[in-house]
Amino acid sequence: MFALLAQVTEFIRPDIDYHAFAPEFVLVGTLVVVLLVDLIKPDGNNPLLSSLAGLGLLGSILPVITLATDGADRDMFGGAYVVDNFSLVLKALFLLSAYVVVLMSTNYIAEGDYAEGEYYFLLLCSVLGMIVMASARDLITIFVALELLSIPAYMLAGWRKRDLMGNEAGVKYYLMGVFASAILLYGMSLLFGIAGDTRLVAIGAAITGAAGNAPMVTLAIVFTVIGFAFKVSAVPFHTWAPDTYEGAPTPITAFLAVSSKAAGFVALLLVVFIAFPGRTDVVEPLMWVLAAATMTIGNMIALRQTNIIRMLAYSGVAQAGFMLAPLAVGSDLSARAVVTYLVIYAAMNLGAFACVIGIARKTRSAEIDSFGGLFEYAPGLTVILSLFLFSLAGIPPLGGWLAKFVVFRTLADANTASGYVLGAIVAVNSVIALYYYANVARQMWMNPPPDEDRTPIVVPFAIQAAIGMTIVATFAFGVSDLATRLGDEATFLLAGLPG
Amino acid sequence: MDDVMLNQFLLLSAILFSTGVYGVLAKKNAILVLMSIELILNAVNINLVAFGAHNGTIVGSVFALFVIAVAAAEVGVGLAIVLLIYRNRRSVDLDDVAQMKG
Repeated sequence: MFALLAQVTEFIRPDIDYHAFAPEFVLVGTLVVVLLVDLIKPDGNNPLLSSLAGLGLLGSILPVITLATDGADRDMFGGAYVVDNFSLVLKALFLLSAYVVVLMSTNYIAEGDYAEGEYYFLLLCSVLGMIVMASARDLITIFVALELLSIPAYMLAGWRKRDLMGNEAGVKYYLMGVFASAILLYGMSLLFGIAGDTRLVAIGAAITGAAGNAPMVTLAIVFTVIGFAFKVSAVPFHTWAPDTYEGAPTPITAFLAVSSKAAGFVALLLVVFIAFPGRTDVVEPLMWVLAAATMTIGNMIALRQTNIIRMLAYSGVAQAGFMLAPLAVGSDLSARAVVTYLVIYAAMNLGAFACVIGIARKTRSAEIDSFGGLFEYAPGLTVILSLFLFSLAGIPPLGGWLAKFVVFRTLADANTASGYVLGAIVAVNSVIALYYYANVARQMWMNPPPDEDRTPIVVPFAIQAAIGMTIVATFAFGVSDLATRLGDEATFLLAGLPG
Repeated sequence: MDDVMLNQFLLLSAILFSTGVYGVLAKKNAILVLMSIELILNAVNINLVAFGAHNGTIVGSVFALFVIAVAAAEVGVGLAIVLLIYRNRRSVDLDDVAQMKG
């Protein structure tokens, strides 16, 4: 130990590029201000808090835009922290999704018995972890980012602390999450042992060729992938998802289903494409099995759900399977397909949750039966929720269609038997998914209201704004090439990697 | 550190890891599950420090410090959640925490 310490002669302060860190700094500033405002006026509702959180998120998008127009890739701390087009696209995605979540939370949290200040503080902490994750290119940074985004999410999942279902949501998410990150860490420690370095690029260089064939490498890869598979709720690590989604406050459910899942995919993309490109023989079959099992089992269980939140949870599991599929045929197109899918999925899934929150303000229930006759008293919400559901099912010209198309193309372009078989599984599952999405629509359009109560629903402005933003994005992604162009930025990053 | 020495540390860490995984899967008491997770994290720390010493780099020890700090934060949150369950149910048996199914 002393011999090691003797190597460290003096501390050299690394150069810090403040422009590159500006999104993180703005977000840290905002969350401190949110906590202070809550400290000054601790009791009762404070509508200032959600506005502050929303403004802070929009404020951190500004430096993301200036960095994107600036164009130069920046890397810091010896390549451990990188700001390039890939990370900028995903940072923008995380910040905008979180803004929509704040819009959904505004009335939900103010009207319930919740600690508002801590809620927005923890939400912003979790978002901070996500935008750090988008830039992380080093095991330690990835680990810290993962915990920074997960630990606040454990608390938010159990936010209804006097409710037994809320407790259950929290404890299931926590135990599964901590177990998965412990296994992930064991994998990371093996990777560190193999490479003698924590940077992903160095690990990628160490596990190519003959040196990469040791059984320990396979074990390390499997453990690392399992750790992230939990975050993206891939089968068989999905069991927490439905219970946590049902017991958590609905805006947090949307946050976990979209942002947290996207963060898991970002980490998965980073390790698969930067650290493990030399071992596609392990990664690709693993991803193939995970993808096929995730979409099939997710869809099968979604078919028999009677609660729309649980149905969206299992459909989210199935969608994660669609997103894993391109990784089973590793090519430059795979990263593009995953990022494109993530962007579109964020818009349509957040929109569906925003509609459910709006409707549940009247029905006081998320049972699909209680949505009967919705068209008679809330035609606008019914049409928009149906659009989101059909987009999730992949019907043109809505965004979900393009997302599925990009996945199909990636699988077909690989031109291998396993690619075609997986493509067929994706196709079958898309048809199955249409059934349960259409079932909700049928309930809303065809059936009578369960208690003949036809008073219209008053949707607060914040939720209207959230629905408006997401429906516009869902249409825009479907009819333009915006999402694939964002996906292209990701491909450029992975193609231009050193080493 | 030579290879024989490293292997002994790795063996110890593998035993701790397996014990921890067994504990997480088999134990029904939330506190015991938390302790089993700590065992896995300590297995990780042993791995990191042993590999760091073997490769002659301090990065392993630094990583272990990060793991220790984050594990403390994690357990803090975990105990808070377990305490909430105890307040509401007077029990920390995980088999009882199964209202939602399907």
